[in-house]
Amino acid sequence: MEFSELIKTSKVDHVLLSRPFLPPVKGTLCITSHHLLLSSRAGDKEELWLLLRNIDAIEKRYTGSSGIITIKCKDLCIMYLEIPGMEECLNVAKSIESLSSLESIRHMYPFFYRPKEPNLQEGWNLFTPEEQFTKLSLHTDNWRLSYVNKEFAVCLSYPEAVIVHKAVDDAALKIIACFRQSGRFPVLSYHHKRTGMVIMRSSQPLTGANGKRCKEDEQYLAAVLHPDKKGYIIDTRSTQAAHQAKVKGGGFESKTKYHNWKRLHRSIERGRVLQESLIKLVDACNDQSNSIDRWLSKLEASKWLSHVKTVLTIACLAAQCVDREGVSVLIHDSEGRDSTLQLTSLAQIILDPDCRTIDGFQALIEREWLQAGHPFQHRCASSAYSHAKPKQEAPVFLIFLDCCWQMISQFPCSFQFNEHFLIILFEHAYASCFGTFLCNNEKERFTLNVKEQTISIWSRMNRPCERKQYMNPLYERNNLAIWPSVAPQSLQLWQGLFLRWNRSPEHQNEAWEQIHHIMESSRRKPHPTSAQLSAPKEDY
Amino acid sequence: MEHIRTPKVEQVKCLDRFSSNKSTTGTLHLTTTHLIYRESTTSGPKEIWIMHHHIAVVEKLSLTAVGCPLVIQCKNFRVIHFIIPRERDCHDIFNSLLKLSRPVKYDDLYAFSYTPKKTEYERTMGWKIINLNDEYQRMRIPNDIWQLTDVNRGYKVCDTYPTEVYVPRSVSKPIIVGSSKFRSKGRFPALSYFFDQKQAAICRCSQPLSGFSARCLEDEHMLQAISKANPNSHFMYVMDTRPKLNAMANRAAGKGYENEDNYSNIRFKFVGIENIHVMRASLQKVNEVCGTKELSLSDFLSGLESSGWLRHIKAVLDAATSLAKAVGHEGASVLVHCSDGWDRTAQVCSLGSLLLDPYYRTIKGFMVLIEKDWITFGHKFADRCGQLDGDPKEISPVFTQFIECVWHLTEQFPRVFEYSETYLLEIHEHVHSCQFGNFIGNCQKEREEMKIQQRTHSLWSFLLENQRKYLNPLYDSNLPCAREVLQPNTVSFNFKFWRCMYHQFDITVHPRQSQLTRILSFTEQNKQLEMEAKKLEEQIIKLGQKPCAVYSKEPFHPVSRLSQMLKASEIMCKEEQQTTMKNNSIRTSEDGNISGDECKELKAAFSKTEPMLVNLELGMAKMTC
Repeated sequence: MEFSELIKTSKVDHVLLSRPFLPPVKGTLCITSHHLLLSSRAGDKEELWLLLRNIDAIEKRYTGSSGIITIKCKDLCIMYLEIPGMEECLNVAKSIESLSSLESIRHMYPFFYRPKEPNLQEGWNLFTPEEQFTKLSLHTDNWRLSYVNKEFAVCLSYPEAVIVHKAVDDAALKIIACFRQSGRFPVLSYHHKRTGMVIMRSSQPLTGANGKRCKEDEQYLAAVLHPDKKGYIIDTRSTQAAHQAKVKGGGFESKTKYHNWKRLHRSIERGRVLQESLIKLVDACNDQSNSIDRWLSKLEASKWLSHVKTVLTIACLAAQCVDREGVSVLIHDSEGRDSTLQLTSLAQIILDPDCRTIDGFQALIEREWLQAGHPFQHRCASSAYSHAKPKQEAPVFLIFLDCCWQMISQFPCSFQFNEHFLIILFEHAYASCFGTFLCNNEKERFTLNVKEQTISIWSRMNRPCERKQYMNPLYERNNLAIWPSVAPQSLQLWQGLFLRWNRSPEHQNEAWEQIHHIMESSRRKPHPTSAQLSAPKEDY
Repeated sequence: MEHIRTPKVEQVKCLDRFSSNKSTTGTLHLTTTHLIYRESTTSGPKEIWIMHHHIAVVEKLSLTAVGCPLVIQCKNFRVIHFIIPRERDCHDIFNSLLKLSRPVKYDDLYAFSYTPKKTEYERTMGWKIINLNDEYQRMRIPNDIWQLTDVNRGYKVCDTYPTEVYVPRSVSKPIIVGSSKFRSKGRFPALSYFFDQKQAAICRCSQPLSGFSARCLEDEHMLQAISKANPNSHFMYVMDTRPKLNAMANRAAGKGYENEDNYSNIRFKFVGIENIHVMRASLQKVNEVCGTKELSLSDFLSGLESSGWLRHIKAVLDAATSLAKAVGHEGASVLVHCSDGWDRTAQVCSLGSLLLDPYYRTIKGFMVLIEKDWITFGHKFADRCGQLDGDPKEISPVFTQFIECVWHLTEQFPRVFEYSETYLLEIHEHVHSCQFGNFIGNCQKEREEMKIQQRTHSLWSFLLENQRKYLNPLYDSNLPCAREVLQPNTVSFNFKFWRCMYHQFDITVHPRQSQLTRILSFTEQNKQLEMEAKKLEEQIIKLGQKPCAVYSKEPFHPVSRLSQMLKASEIMCKEEQQTTMKNNSIRTSEDGNISGDECKELKAAFSKTEPMLVNLELGMAKMTC
């Protein structure tokens, strides 16, 4: 097996490990095919059990006869190993480097992870398009479940079953798929019960420089709208970028051909810009010696919060169209796999109270991110420390989580889960023992038998003891739409994530424990009266 | 009144500061104490009351097509934008507000006309809530080293100090007088806080009049005596809270700082907090940035940075942290001063004490702290808050900074403060409102001359009456960390913009739900239930049943009325909280019969509430988030 070739040294004694908030420990370091272990042999517990995939970058330096390896993790933690002997140090570093950057998905840990707990199968089947459709059909019969993408024949990055308008048949969908980039024809993302309006997503139309048309596409979009009602197309590229896309065969829906659709261009950053933003932000957060001025200017220069604000603002716009203006919305950029998904998922959190529950949020992630084909394998290949040349990495999903956190902090009683839940998702999107975030789309997962051979993160997260950890004790279902404030004064740095390893969490944890304690003792009384006591105010 | 020409203007527009499409129309009323805006809506009018004393700036902008804009900026950071249809009305209101917001004499302040429904006895008792002699006794002062001196009786030595001052026993009156002559404004070194555990003291004074080479033997003796008063340390720190450059510049004016060569056993250091003018400009910049429409995040962050506000907050907190470390950990005494010893010195001494002593983290203790370090030691509230029409250069947010520092601490240590942010905001509000006498004037001497205690009401009694509003539900005085000296983390990323202060009235930028309110309502409810349970227990006793029987599994004997009482208590929970006490007694006096079966149910229902009661005994909680 090739793993053993990569492990230059499997065991080193007298290694000193230093980590944030914990006293340094000395022990034996072991390198296995997927983990870095350190055991002090006092007691039978390992001091360190680090998934190698979680390592973003390592640096080595020598002092006298020993070497120090700095391990920078994808979850943003930084730790140090002091290894006696230069050669040992070099071997350890080499082994870590090669094992943490395995390219083949089949060799990744989820395929080898065999936990002892029983009944971990159900996670893969919790959230299916079929189930989503069943729920939808309770409220409207304008939509149908289409298997046009059976065996991923039409679109590689869509699941096999998608929800489309009933006015369009599978033959037309095949034609439309040819007119949309990567075959991502418009599909239903969300149906708003109150107004009956919908949010759809797709990729850009391939009009090209000559203004190519596709009658089926035009008819499809026309059919979605009620007669004499308008619809909005939110294009997350700037007008200029959309025009430039024409040269490369892409484009946008022109006004003359899509009569009742009004196009709005709202630019959202993507790709490398976001990755660099994350790198700068994390760099600023890790430097404890910054003066206030330097800290603020670095925070500003990272632009992270500006990106968060932009995404949240446009998500509000989309939600507002559906809820307040009573119009349907189609969202796309060029590929429709990144900023499009940020918007569709955030709009649902704003509008739909179900998405603010633990189950509903899991379903949202599954539906709008995993099945919708957000390329997790590419986007989350490296985090804030990697020296590797960035290719397709971008913290698109992390921005989405940050936006969710901003909403949780503005509506602390409307979410069933707490920030810990979001942090777990962040960690597992980048490195995980579960198969959920492997691959870039359903087809790849299918080809690699991910669902048969690995375990879904939901199976673990839904176990009662795990659930307890990320329950929000202040939660009370709020059936209204929640409109966050996007004023700069209202948006804050997500300290729980970005300062997680730089600031002792002791006092905050104690506070949360106490909140749990208070709320639980209140809940035990016969008749909860919370509704009357603190009816959540809601205005925009 | 003489200044009011137009008491009422109709059809006034009130613009929202952040969203231009959210304006309302209403009527503006001008009274002698308030400017009142009544929104005219179909669903019950909303009102905005602005106290004249809160108005910092009134601006009349140039006439527009819809009317004449009037912008009012308040000291509590409310900014309100009216559009008055007729220019003439606007002009009248503007002129009246100019006059009313800047009274020329103390007697015009609201405190002297404010008459809440209180008896004279209650009013007088309000002024007796805080007794600083008790406070020094709590610190175990006087003791065999420190004593009360009457040297300042009749404000003879220093007119901005209190009459009662504590100094080491070993200094004689001539030494004090000599030292005071060598200190700016006569503010000689005096005890601010005594840390009994280590016998170390925090003392305060103003800068020495040392110039380039002047010395004063009495002053040297004084410092020596303070240093010697601490048996645990052979030296004392002298902390000059100014930037070194400012202190050096003062030497040219015959003032300056202590020369280490002349004073034995002192360790001198500067901590670099900027002066009142820098602070005033800094806050003004913050307000400008916050008031910008369509503010981008970059502009907000860079504006915050260039205002320097958080840098100043950090400087104050850093100084207080190092003071607390010196006293609490090294056990060394510290003498703190700045120029006159009433601004930066007050900030650093009071925050240092707050870090050292858990008492100041309670509702009552915080009042005592403000009384001790700010009011009696002569922080010039009248000048700094611009109570009267005076020199605008004297206005400075020194006290606001202190309150903000405390807020940062409550954020960092959510469980060690008895009070929540609400309390801090309320105090800040009333420091500027001039509704209560406590903060009127610049020093105790002035307050005595004005007969404040005879003519006005005290804020402290008002706060104590409402103290339930200010409780932090996560507070636990028994936590180990609540009893220790606090060691705040002052790394830059811990300092945040205080939205709830600087945008108090801009609800659009606030979180839409408040954790604090929700937890408070729950703790309130728990308390209520606990009280109910106690009542029920008492009832049981009255009926000849031991209370423990309720919790035990033994057969339960029929007790009449209990079921109804329980039902009553359930209903009670659903109803408004405040009504409980009275109604309960009425309800329980009703008659009722009960069968054996109901009895079991009842027992079960009762024992359900038991775990909650047990939990409650473990400690009431509190929180700020």
